[in-house]
Amino acid sequence: MTAAVIARDKIAPARGQGVWAASWRRLRADRVGMGAMVVVVVSLLVVLATGLGLVGAHWQDEVAVPNAPPGFMGPAPAEAVGAIAEPKGPNVDLTDIDPLAPKYKEWAERAKQYKTVEHPKEETRIFGADRLGRDVLQKALKGAEVSIMVGLLAALVATLIGTVLGALSGFYGGKVGDLLEWIYNVFTAMPDILLIFAFAAVFGRGVLPVVLILALTGWTGIYRQIRAEFIKHSVREYVRSAEAIGASKASRMFKHILPNVSHVALVQLSMHVVGFIKYEVILSYLGLGVRVDQVSWGTMLSESQAELILGYWWQLVAVTAMMAVFVTAFSLFTDALRDALDPKLRGLE
Amino acid sequence: MAAYVIRRLWQMIPTLLGVVLLVFFLFKYFGSDPAVVLAGQNASADQIEAIREQLGLNEPTYVQLGIFLKQIATFNWGNSWATHEAISHLFATRLPATLTVMLPIIVLQTVLAVPFAMLVAYMRGSLVDRSVMVGATLMVSISLLVYVIVFQYVFAFRLGWFPVQGWSNSFWTNLTTYSVLPIIVQVVVALAPYTRLYRTFFLDEIGHDYVRTARAKGLSEQVVMFKHVLRNALIPIMTNISASLPGILVGSFLLEVFFSIPGLGREILLAVNRNDYPVIQAFAIYIAVLTMLINLATDILYKLVDPRVVLK
Repeated sequence: MTAAVIARDKIAPARGQGVWAASWRRLRADRVGMGAMVVVVVSLLVVLATGLGLVGAHWQDEVAVPNAPPGFMGPAPAEAVGAIAEPKGPNVDLTDIDPLAPKYKEWAERAKQYKTVEHPKEETRIFGADRLGRDVLQKALKGAEVSIMVGLLAALVATLIGTVLGALSGFYGGKVGDLLEWIYNVFTAMPDILLIFAFAAVFGRGVLPVVLILALTGWTGIYRQIRAEFIKHSVREYVRSAEAIGASKASRMFKHILPNVSHVALVQLSMHVVGFIKYEVILSYLGLGVRVDQVSWGTMLSESQAELILGYWWQLVAVTAMMAVFVTAFSLFTDALRDALDPKLRGLE
Repeated sequence: MAAYVIRRLWQMIPTLLGVVLLVFFLFKYFGSDPAVVLAGQNASADQIEAIREQLGLNEPTYVQLGIFLKQIATFNWGNSWATHEAISHLFATRLPATLTVMLPIIVLQTVLAVPFAMLVAYMRGSLVDRSVMVGATLMVSISLLVYVIVFQYVFAFRLGWFPVQGWSNSFWTNLTTYSVLPIIVQVVVALAPYTRLYRTFFLDEIGHDYVRTARAKGLSEQVVMFKHVLRNALIPIMTNISASLPGILVGSFLLEVFFSIPGLGREILLAVNRNDYPVIQAFAIYIAVLTMLINLATDILYKLVDPRVVLK
């Protein structure tokens, strides 16, 4: 017995690199991917900070004059703001004909009892201000929180649905598989956007409904991939061996096969984040997204359309730039992740 | 072939039934009460009850489902709650506008993206290839909304080259005046991702042995690229286009909203905003049927183009 153990130790080869360690090594070698990852991580930290109220919590404060331009442009000229020039010369004395004249003094006395604080409105902000004088930078950060959160949550839920259903369908096949295939066919029988509209009609507005709408429409692609993987893996030797030593079906599905296909789910997850963020922006623009007291990139874009005609371009540029940076970084990161986790696909794009 | 078509049509029935059930139960259990929506804000309880009775909402679920199925089978959806227009009429009048915009878009983006992708794939690894790929990634990252807003502002509002929005009764005016800018926006936006995708198809083909053989026997590069590579790469490209075909039915909803084009997408959006349930339900089912038929047609077309495909 002891001899056997020793013998096994001797012949056992040094443990090879795990799939995750190998992927991490490949990812680290990808300079573009690592750069993108840094941008993504920084963005997610900003989202976390706004979520905790450290940044952008006062986005609703009207801190500047309406449509205050960005700092580098200097304050808007007076005529552009629509200010009326102060009249010159002395005021005309109306005391004789003004019926309210005797009361002015009394009112002034009474008004003194109340303390009023004047907040001076700023002429410029770094990224300018919107039509209510709210700071565009703070709004864009708060909007980033909502848009990115919706994208991440929806992708998570969609991946969860797709993975569980795909696992069941691929592993069991037969009746269960047929039923799930039928559901898949029903959900893909019409264009995505139509399904989104139908769900939007019944679920209402807000962050959670949007997450649900996107997840319930977006799980089908993930289901398809995971199902194919489970069909492939369920007849492999390691799964057969597990069955032979009495591993239950659930154990085989989730303990044995799932870790071996989880990289597919991870890649799918990150591929869907970008798509969902874009959908959230469109839904919010159309008024089917977040509630009116919330801000997202989509609601900002819908405001910016009217502003652009009046020549106030800064909200549009701020949102577009922020979104472009995040989405580009996330897409590049996803590409790098896919290459790292699934080296067979490398070099195709 | 006939047997195949019949079998495919037969297989559509359970899927269609699923779509009907999904739409029915979605609106029944998650939507707000139709009677309350219809009665308006100042309705009394009696009025709401009367509408419930009239719509058959007090009947058991299976009777309601039966009414729903009967409506579908007879194409008699009744009228829109909001405009009282017959729904079949609504569908028939909105579809042409959508197609006027979407068909030129599909044709143009394919005609432009295929040669462009071939060129980029041919110059793989060069500076042009790299910069096109980086540019494509950047372009895709900007929301379609931004393109529409900026294009509409610059080319229609500022420069006045196109009408800002509108639609007429004449097909020709619509095609040559009102849908030009929407078509340009969509084609410009779609060019980048399609070039990226088709490039991978071309690269895949260029890597095959038959290309090396063709070059080895001394064929010119034009012949190799156009006669050998292009023909083979067209197959995955066609698959891709046919997969995107059902999207033409509502795919232009954003353009329709921005440019006031009376199409299907805009109509559904209006219906969603007005809680106009019959319109949404009817459109969902009609479009599902059309989608399945388009898919069947493309599968058959596929067989005609590529003899290797076996229909089963």
